Amino acid sequence: MAIPKVVGVETELGIMVRGTNEWNPVSASSLLINAYVGSETGTLDDRTSPVAWDFIDETPGADARDYMAPEFAMPPEVETHLVNAVLTNGARYYVDHAHPEISTPECRDALSAVLYDRAAELIAVDSMERAAEVLPEGQEIVLYKDNSDRKGNAYGCHENFLLDRAVPFGQIVTAATAHFVTRQIFTGAGKVGSELPGMGADKIPYQLTQRAEHFEEEVGLETTLKRPIVNTRDEPHADSQLYRRLHVIVGDANMSQVATFMKVGTSSIIFAMLEDGAFDRMHALGEPVVAMHQVSHDLSLAKPLRMDDHTTATALEIQADILEQAESWAARFGLESVGGDTVGRMILDRWRTILEGLERDPASVADQVDWLAKKRLLDGFRERHDCDWGDPRLRALDLQYHDLRPGKSLASRAGLETLVDDADAHVAKHEPPSDTRAYFRGKCLQKFSANVVAANWDSIVFDVGDDPLRRVPMLEPTRGTLEHVGTLLDESPTVVELLEKLGA
Amino acid sequence: MAEREQIKKPSPRENEQVAEEAPAGSESGEKLKAELDDLLDEIDDVLETNAEDFVKSYIQKGGQ
Repeated sequence: MAIPKVVGVETELGIMVRGTNEWNPVSASSLLINAYVGSETGTLDDRTSPVAWDFIDETPGADARDYMAPEFAMPPEVETHLVNAVLTNGARYYVDHAHPEISTPECRDALSAVLYDRAAELIAVDSMERAAEVLPEGQEIVLYKDNSDRKGNAYGCHENFLLDRAVPFGQIVTAATAHFVTRQIFTGAGKVGSELPGMGADKIPYQLTQRAEHFEEEVGLETTLKRPIVNTRDEPHADSQLYRRLHVIVGDANMSQVATFMKVGTSSIIFAMLEDGAFDRMHALGEPVVAMHQVSHDLSLAKPLRMDDHTTATALEIQADILEQAESWAARFGLESVGGDTVGRMILDRWRTILEGLERDPASVADQVDWLAKKRLLDGFRERHDCDWGDPRLRALDLQYHDLRPGKSLASRAGLETLVDDADAHVAKHEPPSDTRAYFRGKCLQKFSANVVAANWDSIVFDVGDDPLRRVPMLEPTRGTLEHVGTLLDESPTVVELLEKLGA
Repeated sequence: MAEREQIKKPSPRENEQVAEEAPAGSESGEKLKAELDDLLDEIDDVLETNAEDFVKSYIQKGGQ
């Protein structure tokens, strides 16, 4: 039976300092995050305690394929010396390489993930405003929620899904590859031009995704070079006997809430179907990396992809068949694993609406799909100013679509449908989800921040005075919810009483 | 260009036909066009002024 599809989204943001040429991204990212966490009560950060994020369980070099990474592969490094904060909503906010990155708390379904992704955008907006207060006059830090500088440098928006470890990894690879390559038709955030050598604006004026061209391998451990479509990082942040965390690195960061919802929601369903053994037909692609680029480059959505059995199919056809199988799965197994009937039905219905819209008249879903929303702006601009695709103003428009400043954001002006209220997202900047272990993490930070010396995804370390530090493990992502620990937290005025009641 | 055709609003002729069959659709088509015009006005106002320098200076190294 499919297990709950607990999910989180980690977003690396593009960063620029305006008003000076003398800046570096690591310092700017640190300043930005410190400006935010310094003004938040309850937040655990480097300046109020010697250790904030607890790195004890970080093993990004572990490989899901059960053998050691070959010597030439580059396991990702864990940087322990940079700003790294845990927020009261259960999120992690930190400097990753040379970017600010926000990881949402663990969410129980796709709609909750949208809420916390929107909260992360609002945290970024607050951070820019607070950074402006400490920067010299005339300087400003600007954040972009995109994935590429359009010059060959990419940065990620990763999704993470809780999976039953019993599902053979080979099955995950086949099903995930087909979905990741073809879902690009509704998850793509759009990009002017190409970053592949020899591809000018004449060959590829515009494409569906930011990320596709940065993928060179089918399966692998890397995330910063030779990126693989299926990432094998085996770091469950949970009981490793029971679970894996599938670390999905192929996605674009979406400005459209519907696109984020669909990216997370459809993928949750694919993984639940695998756990239920519900795929009657798999779509094994013949050349996944070629197909990944091809789908991104094909604005007509009509070019067939080569399948492993030498037949061909378009991305739309493959998606339509996956949806059909998903409907059968839902009828047979129910939607509890992906968050219940309401959210599950919302994913399936929206999936159909979008695929039908893309088939019939792509412009009809320009209020839901980023690459089409952006293209509408670009086409309108080209017509009005009579310019060709090489015009730098189109490239500026492309970048500015992702600008997170409310006064400059083009995405927020593009007529995109929203799924969550900003009032709720403002609350979600501070309040954790009630239905995952993030609740316990966030509430402990709100209530006992003075006693929390470190936290990570699967544990919290408390300082209770003279006694040794006490680590409370949280290896089960679906425990530590309001239902489980709400009363316990309410009835524990001090951390000592909390730990006694927990038996820790 | 093919991809440009897809995104174009219905031509006036198509609009008239739609208007006979389904007035609401035409209204929403007109509304969309007016919205796009307003939006393009706004974009002209907020778009980075020195597009070429802005695009050139956007460099993001060290990402995953």
